[in-house]
Amino acid sequence: METKTAAIEMRNITKRFGPVLANDKVWLNIYRGEILALLGENGSGKTTLMNMLSGIYFPDEGEIKIDGKEVVIRSPKDAFDNGIGMIHQHFKLVDVLTAAENIVLGLPGKLDLKAASAKIREICDKYGFSVDPTQKIYDMSVSQKQTVEIVKVLYRGADILILDEPTAVLTPQETDKLFAVLRNMRNDGKAIVIITHKMHEVEALSDRVAILRQGQFIGDMLTKDTNAQEMTNMMVGHAVSLNIDRPDPVDPKPRIVVKNLTVRNLDGIVKLDDVSFTANSGEILGIAGISGCGQKELLESIAGLQTVESGSISYIEDDGSAEELVGKDPLSIAELGVSLSFVPEDRLGMGLVGNMNLADNMMLRSFRRGKSIFTDRRSPRALAEAVVQELSVSTPSVDTPVRRLSGGNVQKVLVGREIASAPTVLLTAYAVRGLDIHSSYTIYDLINRQKKAGVAVIFVGEDLDVLLELCDRILVLCGGKVSGIVPGRGAEKREVGMMMTKLGGQCHE
Amino acid sequence: MNKKTKTPLIHITKRDALPWYKSWGIRAAAILLALIVCSVITTTMTGENPLQVYATIFNGSFGSPRKVWVLLQNIAMLLCIALAVTPAFKMRFWNIGGEGQVLAGALAAAACMICLRDTLPNALVIVCMCVSSILAGALWGFIPAYFKAKYNTNETLFTLMMNYVAMQLVAYFVIVWENPKGSGQIGIINQSTEIGWFPQIGSYKYLLNILIVAVVTILMYFYLNYTKHGYEIAVVGESERTARYVGIKVDKVIVRTMILSGAVCGLCGLLLVGSTNHTLTTSIADGRGFTAVMVSWLAKFNPIWMIFTSFLLVFLSRGAGEISTAFGLNQSFSEILTGIILFFIIGSEFFITYKINFRKSAGKEVASHV
Repeated sequence: METKTAAIEMRNITKRFGPVLANDKVWLNIYRGEILALLGENGSGKTTLMNMLSGIYFPDEGEIKIDGKEVVIRSPKDAFDNGIGMIHQHFKLVDVLTAAENIVLGLPGKLDLKAASAKIREICDKYGFSVDPTQKIYDMSVSQKQTVEIVKVLYRGADILILDEPTAVLTPQETDKLFAVLRNMRNDGKAIVIITHKMHEVEALSDRVAILRQGQFIGDMLTKDTNAQEMTNMMVGHAVSLNIDRPDPVDPKPRIVVKNLTVRNLDGIVKLDDVSFTANSGEILGIAGISGCGQKELLESIAGLQTVESGSISYIEDDGSAEELVGKDPLSIAELGVSLSFVPEDRLGMGLVGNMNLADNMMLRSFRRGKSIFTDRRSPRALAEAVVQELSVSTPSVDTPVRRLSGGNVQKVLVGREIASAPTVLLTAYAVRGLDIHSSYTIYDLINRQKKAGVAVIFVGEDLDVLLELCDRILVLCGGKVSGIVPGRGAEKREVGMMMTKLGGQCHE
Repeated sequence: MNKKTKTPLIHITKRDALPWYKSWGIRAAAILLALIVCSVITTTMTGENPLQVYATIFNGSFGSPRKVWVLLQNIAMLLCIALAVTPAFKMRFWNIGGEGQVLAGALAAAACMICLRDTLPNALVIVCMCVSSILAGALWGFIPAYFKAKYNTNETLFTLMMNYVAMQLVAYFVIVWENPKGSGQIGIINQSTEIGWFPQIGSYKYLLNILIVAVVTILMYFYLNYTKHGYEIAVVGESERTARYVGIKVDKVIVRTMILSGAVCGLCGLLLVGSTNHTLTTSIADGRGFTAVMVSWLAKFNPIWMIFTSFLLVFLSRGAGEISTAFGLNQSFSEILTGIILFFIIGSEFFITYKINFRKSAGKEVASHV
């Protein structure tokens, strides 16, 4: 493997954003017929590095060689001309057009959809995709859209593919399918780079791993010669433990009782259909499901942010008395101790204000306190400093606008604030979305500490492995219905995956 | 040499926050550059000596004590409207209806002066003027806010149209109250009795306005930066979803803020009628409702900085007026100069946010290409 010429050689690449050194003299080789996993913590410069290959950024220093020849990539078009295609985390497709139309969009020459469709089918057959060229994008599932993105870059003749966290939005089954396709492409001699945070995927899929830490290239090695523990240690820079703690619940008592909850969204589509369950204190209830099948609506209903069509949500006090939450406004629900930390796709859209500094963001929950018309700025500041200290948030100061922090730190700030309000119920969705392994474990640890303190935790997650390791019970949603509730200890991953796609997972039985 | 270009000639990167002296340095450089461009244009087009032109511009504002007072008065009025629209803009509510809200306030003040002059003593007339102007302005702010909150109408169009409604109303009442009949204008209201005229401090006609606006500036600064309301406005402006999520009633904040915005505009209308002009015309706001938007944005919604930005804009327009009379150039020429200067000032914001990197040793390669 060492003897063949690299498809891409990146030499001495440096990229700065203002005072931030995103990539510091990085050397990276990408070979054909190989799947390279690019690993690193959040903010270690993986995406920046790949964006320089795909023409989105231009390196400040260094050079890029393709097949031994020096090239200049100034725009995405240059990247395509050099056979490089990148599949971004956020799809860049036009919803109202068909798959074929999206794929040929922007290409020069006469528009011949028939020929295009034929070529698309050919590509699909070759690698084992299934795409209907005439299907509209808005009719497609997330994984179908991703397939269209991949076919799009292949159609344009890319033989070097870069995928930025492609599995973040997929079910286990869809992930397996994607991996099969990627392996086919590798065997066809294409060079593939995949950015991911999930160690088991790296081990299952890649041939080689390259690790970045704080913008610097730490090393690369063959996947078969290494293991998750070693890779994580290299990413973080010191040894870390990879076990998620799961203490037994102490004295669980019903805290939130949901009965026959039905919710429609603004378009009148049923998002939750007759959902019933109980969340106990001192216990973590996991919610599993394909993204968009009612998780958000469920949490928002409990927090009072969603109009409920029918059903009831009761909050049970310590003395056993129940309080109905449906119809209450978010503020009075929050006062009962129900705390929601929802991390949306853009991480900031809900719960934090990007342009405000840490201290002002802490104030979001507490600014109403007291009768004075003026805000109390001192206690949020103290709280911000405490959160920074305790959760080791890396920030220049508490006066830094939150949007300048990296994703992991933003999430620590959000979760830290919600926990600081001493909740009795902690609703958290996608708390580790896009977080590297080290930060994720910090968050799991935080959640476990809340559980030990007797808080009823409802944890919406996207990584099944984590749900299975962390939660005491797992509620599986499928199309807004409860597909089943399984105990976290001893649950089968495949079975839960089945339940996510089919009610009750019957086809498995 | 036929070697292919290695790197793009320029590429643009986002800057980190600049220290204040650097960003103000860039702005100062922009003004300097603007002045140079203006002088080149002046000399080539009119043959006048640019230094003389600048001296005249300066004289336009500082030539005599009276001019200084007029300058201060104009700054005060512009600043007052800028302060009024700022909470709305901070909330990302595009209130370009400052003009109409000022007119509504002015109309209410004039109505009190005319209709109540025979029934109430002077002091009570003034009290009525204050209350009704502020209420009228607030109403003009409330209407678009209510529809925005309730039906999510487009506030930009709505506030803009409210300007025309106010203008037509004023035009109508100017005819109703015209004096003398057939002149098509109101003239000085209560010229002999001076009922409803605001008291003058000493011999300084404009001092009262300036003091009132100074107080409003300080109040607005504290309101926006230190009160719970101010904090809510900032949160709603930055992210409505976050605001809802923490239990802020967004609709209420929108309506409340626009009432405040309109009320301060109404106050400005009151000062224009009761203290400055003692008359009502459709052009009493003089486009300040729009200029104020620029004042507010240039100062990044900071009331203290707005003092400087409003000074700058008033200074420029006074100077522009002065050169048009001093050199016999027509008004359009001075507007060209103002336009150039504003272009540079607004353009400088780009260089504050972004950095332009030139290719190293660009000179050589460019030369070889040419």
